[in-house]
Amino acid sequence: MRAPSSREAAAGEVLLAVDDVSLSFGGVRALTGVSFDIRKGEIRAIIGPNGAGKTSMLNVVNGFYQPQSGRITFKGQVRRSMRPHAAAEGGIARTFQNLALFRGMTTLDNILAGRALKMRCGFFWQLLRYGPALREEVEHRRRVEEIIDFLEIAAIRKVPVGRLPYGLQKRVELGRALAMEPDLLLLDEPMAGMNLEEKEDMSRFIIDVNQQYGTTIALIEHDMGVVMDLSDRVVVLDYGCKIADATPDEVKRDKNVIRAYLGEPHGVSV
Amino acid sequence: MPSIDPGLDTLPKLLVHNAAARGARPAMRHKDLGIWQTWTWAQMLEEVRAFSVGLAELGLKRGDKFTIVGSNRPRLYWAMCAGQALGAVPVPVYADAVAEEMAYVLAHAEVTLGVVEDQEQVDKLIAVSDRLPHLRQVVYDELRGLKDYDHSRLIAFQDVQSIGRKKLANDPECLRQWQASVAAGKGSDLSVILYTSGTTGRSKGVMLTYANTIISARNANAFDRLDENEEVIAYLPLAWVGDYIFSYVQSYAAGYCVNCPETAETVVQDRREIGTTYAFAPPRVYENLLTLTMVRMADASALKRKAFDFFIAFAGRWGEKILDGEKVPLGARLLYGIGNVLVYGPLKNQFGLTRIRIGYTAGEAIGPEIFRFYRSIGMNLKQLYGQTEASVYITAQPDGEIHPEAVGKASPDVEVKISDTGEVMFRSPGVFSGYYKDPDKTAEVLTPDGWVHTGDAGFFDPKTGQLRIIDRAKDVGRLKDGTVFAPKYIENKLKFYPNIREVVAIGAGRDFVCTMVNIDLTAVGSWAERNNVVYASYQELAGDPRVYEMIARHIDEVNRSLAEEEVMAGAQVRRFLILHKELDPDDGELTRTQKLRRGHINDRYAPLVEAFYNGSTEAQIATEVTFEDGHKGVIAARVVIRDMKPYPAPPAKMERAA
Repeated sequence: MRAPSSREAAAGEVLLAVDDVSLSFGGVRALTGVSFDIRKGEIRAIIGPNGAGKTSMLNVVNGFYQPQSGRITFKGQVRRSMRPHAAAEGGIARTFQNLALFRGMTTLDNILAGRALKMRCGFFWQLLRYGPALREEVEHRRRVEEIIDFLEIAAIRKVPVGRLPYGLQKRVELGRALAMEPDLLLLDEPMAGMNLEEKEDMSRFIIDVNQQYGTTIALIEHDMGVVMDLSDRVVVLDYGCKIADATPDEVKRDKNVIRAYLGEPHGVSV
Repeated sequence: MPSIDPGLDTLPKLLVHNAAARGARPAMRHKDLGIWQTWTWAQMLEEVRAFSVGLAELGLKRGDKFTIVGSNRPRLYWAMCAGQALGAVPVPVYADAVAEEMAYVLAHAEVTLGVVEDQEQVDKLIAVSDRLPHLRQVVYDELRGLKDYDHSRLIAFQDVQSIGRKKLANDPECLRQWQASVAAGKGSDLSVILYTSGTTGRSKGVMLTYANTIISARNANAFDRLDENEEVIAYLPLAWVGDYIFSYVQSYAAGYCVNCPETAETVVQDRREIGTTYAFAPPRVYENLLTLTMVRMADASALKRKAFDFFIAFAGRWGEKILDGEKVPLGARLLYGIGNVLVYGPLKNQFGLTRIRIGYTAGEAIGPEIFRFYRSIGMNLKQLYGQTEASVYITAQPDGEIHPEAVGKASPDVEVKISDTGEVMFRSPGVFSGYYKDPDKTAEVLTPDGWVHTGDAGFFDPKTGQLRIIDRAKDVGRLKDGTVFAPKYIENKLKFYPNIREVVAIGAGRDFVCTMVNIDLTAVGSWAERNNVVYASYQELAGDPRVYEMIARHIDEVNRSLAEEEVMAGAQVRRFLILHKELDPDDGELTRTQKLRRGHINDRYAPLVEAFYNGSTEAQIATEVTFEDGHKGVIAARVVIRDMKPYPAPPAKMERAA
């Protein structure tokens, strides 16, 4: 009877690889020749100073942006770029930096919305709510309830999310992403604007998702403590270029990373 | 002494009996994945038996102690009965106890096996496992987060059950052996050890036999005519005698259904869905419900607020009379009916008390105003007085004989007397057999002829014939000038105000009375929001001069009411302060059942107490706090002390005194 000392380093096969991707908006170069990979079962962090291109990177991965050059390999399939629906059907789910929930709907309905892609019955069957449609709804509801239980949000099951505090809304959004049963979960600043307790809760949930469901996770986060504790490997971006890609400990010591965050030393006399 | 049928003198025997007599009736429900799951008595017997046989395979045997840690879940209740069927003794522990406290109790009880809820509790046991040499195995209910743990001494609840089921299926002898083991249990056997969260010193393990608890439960069921149709909700700590008797023994004795809520936060919703008929709660639960309502009413529209105020005031005048079946004018009855449709009914529905037949409050004195409020809107709320050492019941109020300041008449089969020193004593079939491994403490409390010292000061009110409790006997003191000082009496008066959560009154052996106040963050926070008072933390809000002004007004009102009472006029509050942190069981300031630990508080806040009596207007204080995960930190603050003006005692009574 012993608590596991540390998570075993993920050494799975490559789930998604980004190869020499460049993206620009007019004259602004958001990403310049970025390559990295995400292995099955790991928690991968993407960090960098403001404007480094982190969110652009996620948007490329789930097909929201079309890069001008480069390749993306997902589950062995090579593409020039992803398409959002292909990403979603292929098992990529995400949460957003600024919440994107249906504010007037309850927690339950928001999470149920995450099951939309898994619904097999047509509109009319669902309207009748009979036979296969009913059986399917029961099954989806069961999955949703498991997620509610998992995220410990039973008490707010029937509360419209617009009335919930920010930290809980973030949790509901995670729930909706989980409802897709994704292979790859993209989290864009899951801890932004949270207090310490909420951050600790969220960290716990991220680890649990990774361990219990075996979901691969890529996250963007500003809180360095969280990143270093959670992730197996870290990519560091600065002005759209990759400046480091290593384990958290190595990244912490990396000169380029320190310079990107703290700036150049300007002849400080000792 | 009343006898007990030897066929039904243990809880496992009662379970077997219920499965045969009312096998298809619901025994337990649990809201899981949003749906109420029900087990009938017959199904519950099967679950308990499978787990019990599984435990036997793991090596649990007669006389062993095993612990139960977690929230109210069917499996944890089953585990108690499953162990008892083997002759083992459950030792339930408070789930919110920090690892340190838990280690003491588990080591003292020499537990060999633990049945716990989840990873959190498993972690606690791992943290202290080097001090628990007897602990061999831990069974957990919830797998989450435990997958990668070393499972050499860890096993899932359902795995234990499947061991049991396999054994029962393969070995025809097994069922007979299990039945024989149940039959071997006797009423006089030790059935449970309940550690009391003592207000002083280390907790003591109260040993109760099957006969203790079953006779008490039977009497209580008969007293309130409880039968198999009751629905109760189990939400109080498993380790508390109240929950043990209410949610376990009384249910087994009467055959009624126990409902386990989904989570601690959903209890109110869950209670609404079930519609409980019988309830038991410490005053705090009723206080919280009322505070929450008052806060929400303050935000309601003017019309709703007016209607609420009018009908609540009206109910205050007539509601209790209607409830007690007294003569009430027709007009008042009609208007009360309208009030019931508009206000009382919806309110009770919100509280989940629509179907309630009987509600009890116990554990601490309840504010008379709170008590009357619930009765006035038509809830038959009664008081009882009990202790772990008595298997709960010492006194209870019969229907229609309700006095908010009293706790009732002696329960069936219980004798109550007041000792020469003014202490309440009792003797009953529920009297415990001693503190586990502590004969000295037992001898202090239990006399050779079976009387138990309760440690409470009280008297029988000549008007009503009911027992009244003043305070803990050792807490009743005197001021320097000889005025009687009953701290709890003053504290309870103040705690009725929704803005005040906790009060500590100080004054024994001093010149005058002072109080330390904890504000209620919900109530005061809502007030702050409405009045544009900005605050970042409890500490900041507590120090706000406007909050001080508000609390000063409350204390002033209490002083005025104290001045009207002959005995208490001299014990008016002269100075007060608002504490910079909330009193917390994790810091040892409250017990797990939320009672003040005065000695400890006096030590911790010694600089504040000193400042009260040396005339300072503020004081510096730094207190160590323990966070939920066991880490410690320090909170420092400068606390302001306010002076209060006492009211003169009524002149007529002054003359008599002189």
